[in-house]
Amino acid sequence: MKPYLEISKLNKIYPTPKGPAVIVKDFDLTIGKGEFITLIGHSGCGKSTVLSIVAGLSDLTTGAVVLAGREVNAAGPDRGVVFQAPCLLPWFTAYQNVMLGVEQVFFTASPEERHQIVEYYLHVVGLGDSMQKYPSELSGGMRQRVGIARAFALSPKMLLLDEPFGMLDSLTRYELQQVLIDLWKKDQKTALMVTHDVDEAIFLSDRIVMMSDGPEAEVGDIVRVPFARPRDRREIMEMPEYYELREYLIEFLNERSHDRPSKMNPRPAFRDPEPIWSKINEIQKITA
Amino acid sequence: MSEQFEKKIKDYVILPLFGVLCFMLLWCLICSVTDNLPNPIKMWQKSELFIYEPFAKRGEMDQGILRFTGLSISLVGQGYLVALIFGTPLGFFLGLSKLFTRSFDPIIQILRPVSPLAWYPLGLVLFELSPEPSYFASLFTISVCAMWPTVLNTAVGVRAIPQDYLNVAKVLKLSRSKTLFKVLIPATLPYMFTGFRLSLGIAWLVIVAVEMLKGQPGIGGFLWDAYNAGNYSLVILCILVIGLVGFTLDRLMSLVEGKFKTA
Ligand SMILES: Nc1ncnc2c1ncn2[C@@H]1O[C@H](COP(=O)(O)OP(=O)(O)O)[C@@H](O)[C@H]1O
Ligand SMILES: [Mg+2]
Repeated sequence: MKPYLEISKLNKIYPTPKGPAVIVKDFDLTIGKGEFITLIGHSGCGKSTVLSIVAGLSDLTTGAVVLAGREVNAAGPDRGVVFQAPCLLPWFTAYQNVMLGVEQVFFTASPEERHQIVEYYLHVVGLGDSMQKYPSELSGGMRQRVGIARAFALSPKMLLLDEPFGMLDSLTRYELQQVLIDLWKKDQKTALMVTHDVDEAIFLSDRIVMMSDGPEAEVGDIVRVPFARPRDRREIMEMPEYYELREYLIEFLNERSHDRPSKMNPRPAFRDPEPIWSKINEIQKITA
Repeated sequence: MSEQFEKKIKDYVILPLFGVLCFMLLWCLICSVTDNLPNPIKMWQKSELFIYEPFAKRGEMDQGILRFTGLSISLVGQGYLVALIFGTPLGFFLGLSKLFTRSFDPIIQILRPVSPLAWYPLGLVLFELSPEPSYFASLFTISVCAMWPTVLNTAVGVRAIPQDYLNVAKVLKLSRSKTLFKVLIPATLPYMFTGFRLSLGIAWLVIVAVEMLKGQPGIGGFLWDAYNAGNYSLVILCILVIGLVGFTLDRLMSLVEGKFKTA
């Protein structure tokens, strides 16, 4: 696959009273066009740092980020960002929040065309009836739907999502994962998402990037998710590969994330999966 | 339901009335010791005329109480407006720029506690050549004194804008003016209105001092005139009216402020 986003030798160093703190060290990642990549790692390891550098909201110390052949050095609407908190402007309605960006990007389009873009994306995320509501009148899940609509409506080259569903209950989370993956498929976007939910990562991604613990966090390992799309949450959970993968990710988070990649053992062979029936039951209830 | 109603009556009618009663008793008590202070009944008799004919104008310093109040409110309004027009942008600059804060914060902190009694003569000097020096000096004094809460609250509000909102502006690459009008100002409004409310309170405090200095017609001038004439009943009347008007203005501004708090 041709590289679309290239992060090379990325370093982020914060000056602190105790001397420079190296948060991210020599982070390398290449993403192909149309890929869905998730970044997992322990909280505080530097996932958000990497994402906000790609978004242009934070400066890198050394290294380079190249998107579609051009170096990234400032924020811009060619990267749609979905934050953990939906970050809607509370004085605007859902419609106005999405329109604010659409006006910026499609400034040559007619008002009617812009209106259609905004309406379309709010409809797709399931907010057709709540477009004129203010964020305070929307539930957490609905606000995040607006956040997703706003990001996609910009027609960005790339989507950057920082634990977008982290604050939602699991039912809403499954719904929104579906909304996200459907839109991603339909619009053929390239996506980089941060999460700490292993099942979410497996369900959504083409590849999962595991970050080692900070400080000096780097790419620990990258695994490819073998399931064909469109994926059915229940179906993939019944496959043995699912558990192998899940085990591997969890084991990485629990133990091996402390090691530098050079010291790590080779990938473990298949192991008997630990049953996670409670999780399966939960999902079956929801998708039934 | 009725129990709640009874509690409301108690909290908002009976107890406040009890407070007023205590206050009147204290007043009468003081009157029984000294002859200088008129008791409530005598005070009422002396000030009746000004209340029953609130808009009458018998002479420059002999007008109905609401007419005087109106004059004062109009002057306060003008000075207040000037205070907001200069204070709000100043607050924005302070909030947005560290450089600006470092440069001008010290001088602001020094000017802020200066009393209206001190500003007024300076105003007279500054506007000496204008057609109405005392009018402009009053405006100047009210604006300078009333400006600071607006300046400081706006600055705090701008500094308190969540990074999230600024990130949204950055990601969408909003222009400077769009960022100002669609993000910065709406995000700062609740703080700005707190400043506006406090500023109005100060403007109303200042008016009395200013009118007393120059003996202009208005509630403060009237008070000073009554004192000089030895008519202490009217002094008390003025104090009560000044308090009531100040209270009402504050309530009204609280209502407006509350509208923006939830946003
Ligand atoms: N301004 C800063 N100065 C110093 N350290 C910082 C600063 N911002 C973040 N960090 C540190 O960087 C590390 C990574 O943070 P973050 O990227 O938010 O982690 P994650 O998103 O993986 O939970 C954290 O340990 C945090 O303490
Ligand atoms: Mg984070």
